Amino acid sequence: MSDVHESRTPVTLSGLPEDDPHLQPAANDPRQVERVIAVTFALGLLLVAGFGACYWIAAPPWTLGATMGGGLTLLGVGLVAWGKYLMPAGPFVEERHSHASSPEARDALAAAIVQRGGSVVKRRKLLGGLLTGGLGIFGIVAIFPLLRSLGPLPKGTLFHTDWRKGTYAVDSTGRRVQVGDLAVGSIVTVYPEGLENSDRGQAVDQTVLVRISNENFTTQKGRETWGPMGYLAYSKVCTHLGCPVGLYEQELQLLVCPCHQSMFNVTNGAIPQFGPAPRPLPQLPLYVDASGYIRAQADYNQPVGPGFWERG
Amino acid sequence: MSITVPNTKRAKQAAKGPYGHLGTVLNELDDRLGVAEGGRSFMDKIFPDHWSFMLGEIALYSFVVIMVTGVFLTLYYIPSQALVTYHGSYLPLDGMRVTEAFASTVNLSFAVRAGLLMRQMHHWSCDIFIGSMVVHMARVFFTGAFRKPRELNWSIGLTLLTLAIVNGFLGYSLPDDLVSGTGIRIAYSIVLSIPLVGTYLGFFAFGGNFPGTSVIPRFFIMHVLIVPGIMLGLVGAHMFLLYRQKHTQFPGEGRTEKNVVGSPMFPVFMAKTTGFLLLVTGVTALLGAFAQINPIWQFGPYEASRISYAVQPDWYMAFLDGMLRIFPAWSFHSFGYTIPFEVTIPAVIFPGLLFGVAYAWPTLERLFTKDNEMHNLLDRPSNRPKRTAAGAAVLAMLSTLFLASSTDVIANFFHISLTTVLWSMRVLVLVSPFVAYPITYKICKEMQGIKGGGKRKTPNVVTRTEEGEYLASSAPVYVDDLPSELEPTEVPRYITSPPKEPDVAEPGARIVER
Repeated sequence: MSDVHESRTPVTLSGLPEDDPHLQPAANDPRQVERVIAVTFALGLLLVAGFGACYWIAAPPWTLGATMGGGLTLLGVGLVAWGKYLMPAGPFVEERHSHASSPEARDALAAAIVQRGGSVVKRRKLLGGLLTGGLGIFGIVAIFPLLRSLGPLPKGTLFHTDWRKGTYAVDSTGRRVQVGDLAVGSIVTVYPEGLENSDRGQAVDQTVLVRISNENFTTQKGRETWGPMGYLAYSKVCTHLGCPVGLYEQELQLLVCPCHQSMFNVTNGAIPQFGPAPRPLPQLPLYVDASGYIRAQADYNQPVGPGFWERG
Repeated sequence: MSITVPNTKRAKQAAKGPYGHLGTVLNELDDRLGVAEGGRSFMDKIFPDHWSFMLGEIALYSFVVIMVTGVFLTLYYIPSQALVTYHGSYLPLDGMRVTEAFASTVNLSFAVRAGLLMRQMHHWSCDIFIGSMVVHMARVFFTGAFRKPRELNWSIGLTLLTLAIVNGFLGYSLPDDLVSGTGIRIAYSIVLSIPLVGTYLGFFAFGGNFPGTSVIPRFFIMHVLIVPGIMLGLVGAHMFLLYRQKHTQFPGEGRTEKNVVGSPMFPVFMAKTTGFLLLVTGVTALLGAFAQINPIWQFGPYEASRISYAVQPDWYMAFLDGMLRIFPAWSFHSFGYTIPFEVTIPAVIFPGLLFGVAYAWPTLERLFTKDNEMHNLLDRPSNRPKRTAAGAAVLAMLSTLFLASSTDVIANFFHISLTTVLWSMRVLVLVSPFVAYPITYKICKEMQGIKGGGKRKTPNVVTRTEEGEYLASSAPVYVDDLPSELEPTEVPRYITSPPKEPDVAEPGARIVER
């Protein structure tokens, strides 16, 4: 004799009579549920077969995903429903046994390690010490080739770019930029001549050339000759995290980094006006040569790009 | 006397024993490996039923999907930074100089049958994987499932989350497209920002100054072998510990610290969990079919001097990006050295602290509560208001940081100035945890005071007395609510014994004679 409450009391699974209510399906009307699941499975089966057909005839990619995804989803839903409604309702209970061993067993393990190990090691201190030392030293020296072979030492790499006295500024196609090329308010990305297609040219030497007037322009004291004919050149590598400072807000004369929205005022030496960048973009001193080409007076006077420990 | 040869079907069956071919196979196996006892206890193993226990299963099964689709992708992807001219089926890119990595990714998307589906499923399942891990972790945290004896499994899970985030980043860097290349540039700058050793680490990891020549091959081997190898081992360990220590369960009728109540491994749990594997795979495939993700051919190949606008990383990196956006420009220069705090603090120290506290939490909680007992029964979050409030505070902060990673998009969309958005985000990130904590704490305390909180409300029965007085009394508790799986042990049991009504069938109840 059992009623609905008793049937919901957890019982142990093994040794349960076959007609125990815990082994009955959870559904009130199993036949009905079975029909629904059968329909789900049948549709899933069709769709999964459809996946094969779509693949065979090289149908568009979305049909592959739709048939495979739809089919597997239906099969999955059906199987979950089968488990939930048509399999033994339970609940069943299982004892949880402590994993902790008896005190004797613990002592025996500790004794084996301490006494047996101690008797071996303590009697041969010299051997133990030498072996530990050898393995320890190997552990340290093994790191050397693992790390050092990976790349060159930084040395001065981060402190200079490839701009030199007299380097021509060229655009991404390698064409030298002339003084008449830019209208006031426009910008172009320039590279040292010959490096416009190199990794280093693009990653390190990239420079924004912006024309803000028709006369020589001074951004800061001591930079009187750096902006001939209104041409100003700034490193394009953001001083925050190194993204290319690729946007120019013409009206406000701001260079904007699209990554984290640092904004640099081109008229005062690219002092950051907004955002997380801590330093101005370094300015490249320019001159216009006799033929009207834009050229560099020298390299940047400070490292370009984000901060690092040795930067000083 | 002749030898009886079984010639009928029944006789043949009888000769094989009651379990037929399978029985023979099992016997042969048991002779060699001794599988009978262990196998039986495995089949009988009880798994507690609760919807929240399936969150970890989503993670496990999306990991399976990631591995299968990932193996498919490795057959076509070429991890090389060598430049080639693209001549493929995607015409807008025709004739462009791109790396082999980029070209092979575009090719496997368009020229390989089912390639695009596999790539999109791979990316989607990664987003689902990390998402379900986070939610699973929140479940474990808020219910106290990390307590003794399961601290080790908490640490393993946390390591899996960390590795998954790292591997997600490595993976979406591999196509060498414009967006992911910018991500690598940022990662390089973050490494540079580490005091003392940053430049060396950066040069060693990238084989020189950015972009170096070895990023793609190195990221590739990390992404497909080293990190997933470690993760596979840790997933195995996670499962083994779960199996050995048995699953936790919510308190309820018949449930104690010393037992497990639920469904057996075979067939119930096996059916449900296999169905769930199919379901997760199916949903991922549907997403892969209908929801475009990471269309690298639209971004174009990576060039260090090009950039795109309104670009965000994958969702699980967004909290770091948000932190980098809102952190002020504090750079430290002194003694001839620079510490770029504007990068080091948000991108190195902050995540280090966040994960550090998460690793230490089980120990910290033990120190504070001096609770050194074994716990197999779960907490209701409202019964541990301080822990719940602390978790809510962290989640609030991470959510605002997530929002902060799209300051530019927000400013653009709502037509407000970037400065306003930036400052609101700074305030929100700092204030939100201090708002979330007391509110959560108060809600928990209120819920503790509600008798039978978390159960279905029973209707009130209103009766009219002869004198015309109206009286309200509550109806009996629903039968279905009896095994109250959410009921904490501390709350007084107001249903101690179920009402006995012999031989009278309630609607929907079955009377079974034994």
